Amino acid sequence: MNFFSELLSTLDFSKSDLDLLINLSYIVSAALFIFGLKMLGHPATARRGNLLSATGMLIAVIVSLAGEGLPFEWIAGGVLLGSVTGILAARLVAMTAMPEMVALFNGFGGIASLLVGWAALAVAGALPLFTLITIVLSILIGGLTFSGSLIAWGKLSETLDGRPIMFPGQKFVSFLLLAGVLAVAVLLCLEPAADSMWLYLLIALALLLGIMVVIPIGGADMPVVISLLNSYSGIAAAAAGFAINNNLLIVAGSLVGASGIILTNIMCKAMNRSLANVLFSGFGSVKKASAVEGEVKPITVEDGYYILEAATNVCFVPGYGMAVAQAQHVVRELSSILEKNGCEVSYAIHPVAGRMPGHMNVLLAEADVPYEQLVEMDDINPRMANVDIAIVIGANDVVNPSAREDENSPIYGMPIINVDHARTVFVLKRSMASGFSGVDNPLFFGENTRMLFGDAKTSISGLIGEFAQDK
Amino acid sequence: MDPVFLTFILVLAVFLGFELISKVPAILHTPLMSGSNAISGITLVGALSLGAGEGSMGLWLGTAAVAFATINVVGGYLVTDRMLGMFRSKRQSDSS
Repeated sequence: MNFFSELLSTLDFSKSDLDLLINLSYIVSAALFIFGLKMLGHPATARRGNLLSATGMLIAVIVSLAGEGLPFEWIAGGVLLGSVTGILAARLVAMTAMPEMVALFNGFGGIASLLVGWAALAVAGALPLFTLITIVLSILIGGLTFSGSLIAWGKLSETLDGRPIMFPGQKFVSFLLLAGVLAVAVLLCLEPAADSMWLYLLIALALLLGIMVVIPIGGADMPVVISLLNSYSGIAAAAAGFAINNNLLIVAGSLVGASGIILTNIMCKAMNRSLANVLFSGFGSVKKASAVEGEVKPITVEDGYYILEAATNVCFVPGYGMAVAQAQHVVRELSSILEKNGCEVSYAIHPVAGRMPGHMNVLLAEADVPYEQLVEMDDINPRMANVDIAIVIGANDVVNPSAREDENSPIYGMPIINVDHARTVFVLKRSMASGFSGVDNPLFFGENTRMLFGDAKTSISGLIGEFAQDK
Repeated sequence: MDPVFLTFILVLAVFLGFELISKVPAILHTPLMSGSNAISGITLVGALSLGAGEGSMGLWLGTAAVAFATINVVGGYLVTDRMLGMFRSKRQSDSS
């Protein structure tokens, strides 16, 4: 019993009335989530959509306080702790660190589902088999979401090495783990208890499984993994909903689960690879691409300025390197200068550029680039021949022409932005090291390609400086 | 509640989720992901309604779940809002 339920009992509310009220409010919440998600799909309404979905959450939380539940002071403590941490994290994080932040939040959602499943086992006496199975699922999926998200967080924040970690017999080990999970799950269902050895073993195996799922995946494939883990956290919440008989958890969890799968699928299509290929192959370790030979034509900032000054149509192609160099603000500054110079500016965004879905859009939005200037791959490619200068900033694989031409290339078949069709290409790059996939990029040796070596931010600032001097 | 009934809800919600997200422009992929991530913190509601008594193991587990899920919910919605606040169309940024 808590404060609200005492209040309601003085109002002569019977328990079944209260349950009815709670469940009706859950329907309102679910409707708000659905509208919110729908509105999140359009730029003009997205912000209101998010607010709507947050309102749905608030309603659900408030009404469930009215029902039976944890003692009030414990809830207050947990909510206070969580809110303060959440607010601080959300306010303080730099926009470039957004992918790892989302991964971390996602992991917390996962472990919450694990704990709810575990607690459901601790609280209840005898449980029917169906409920036991859903408890096992919420612990398993919640646990692997948690550890998988932590590994993803480590890779994205570069606490861990971003390269795929592969070892011989990896698939066999994963298979053994899966078999182990199954066996332990059966044993737990036979003798369910919140302090059973099988339960601890199940949690350990779930955590290990999450690690095994994410370590073979390289940094460049992270957009896929992040949206997949997001989907898992939804499924875990839905499983927890089954475990404690809560409709709203099932509805909201499966909405998230389904939308995460859709997003994952979009990412995979953008790379022309199947989900299985992303999850198990360890990118770039299969075929040997034909070696690329030719002459690199480096230019100085000053040369770059003279070419840019005469251009009437410039297209920026950003990649993860722009995020690393934190160059989005100077890029925006350069593009304003170019626009004043009578030049048309656009930004071509590859669907998997960066480390999470839509990563580049967020960074450029932070730098105040209007979203009308952001052009998707399929829209820019037909127009590429009219572009005077395509400026590639820290992107590599997504502009690599061997994806189109070289059948032996590991990235063959992946749709790319055809910057090599532009009249001139500037490539801003630290050095000649190959991209994440370890594939040589013939673009760098192209007839119309000019390499501007050095830190992207410094190079662009240099260009801005040249324009300023001229005025 | 009846398992069949719950599964029925699950299946309908999954189809609805597929329908809702099928056509979303790339610009909104990140906010959509982090916004739906915040919704997955709905586990909070489940944690709140756990009937665990004073001093029990369930109480500790439930409270930890409340704390973690709250981080997911509060952080997720705020981060999404912050991101969406940055998206501007040309008209808006000129007038501001």
